[in-house]
Amino acid sequence: MSSGDHDHEHDHSRTFQPDHPEPTSEAALIGLALRELLIEGGIYSAAEEQAMIAQMQGALPANGAKIVARAWTDAAFRQRLLANGAEAIKELGFDLSPLEFTVMENTERVHNVIVCTLCSCYPRTLLGMSPAWYKSKNYRARVVREPRAVLREFGVRLPGEVDVRVHDSTAELRYMVLPQRPPGSGEMSEAELAALVSRDSLIGTQRELGLTN
Amino acid sequence: MNTARFTPGQKVRIAARTPPLHHRVPSYVKGRTGFIERVCGRHAEPERAIAGDLDARRQLYRVRIPQHELWASYDGASGDQLELEVFEHWLEAAQ
Repeated sequence: MSSGDHDHEHDHSRTFQPDHPEPTSEAALIGLALRELLIEGGIYSAAEEQAMIAQMQGALPANGAKIVARAWTDAAFRQRLLANGAEAIKELGFDLSPLEFTVMENTERVHNVIVCTLCSCYPRTLLGMSPAWYKSKNYRARVVREPRAVLREFGVRLPGEVDVRVHDSTAELRYMVLPQRPPGSGEMSEAELAALVSRDSLIGTQRELGLTN
Repeated sequence: MNTARFTPGQKVRIAARTPPLHHRVPSYVKGRTGFIERVCGRHAEPERAIAGDLDARRQLYRVRIPQHELWASYDGASGDQLELEVFEHWLEAAQ
């Protein structure tokens, strides 16, 4: 960018941001047309769509952390959560219906990691938008084929006696990992415990949580 | 039909077909055998939905496949597994 023909101080090469790209591909245009038809046909309203987007944007990994902290401190809740996640999280005011919500528990012998190879399914209305790498072809293709190598790149070194379970979200279930409670956290309150839980530990690309965040 | 044909632990094979329209069985599991991990109830099913039947529900399962079954060159632990959701009409009992 040159700033030659008008007279002010700031540097356009620093302040310029590319415009949000207009949809030009055939698939994107079909998507837009479909959305307009659905709204025009009364299948759902523009207001409902905006509310859904607002709900996703308002959702945060902290919601998942709250569920994890409750599971760490309440054994009966943990049992209900693992048996039927969608029902159990209603106790904390979360509702993912009509999707199922399935929680996979890490143990001394098992490490879980979540992916969606076919697109980018993620419990968005609970945890917010997924990280960019979760949607990348690199992660989606490789984590099912060489999960240990991918996990090493995230800093997770799994000993041979820990089995890896990769969960590919191919239909109506949405997944979250229940990480292990960090050793030495026995005296912490539920709120303090929740603050230790990272987004990546809920996806399974982090295994160990520290006592400080 | 409200009963599930398969039960947890049962060995199943995933069909190797490729329907012309939208379906959600990834290629890397087609033709592979695994075990029913759990029965997930009846859910909206994309192949029926794209044919116009938005209310169709089909029995869904989670299937667990040992990683060594999927990838000839897999070099992780023998207990490493992949799990995914598969609708009933993609499954048949295996020996």
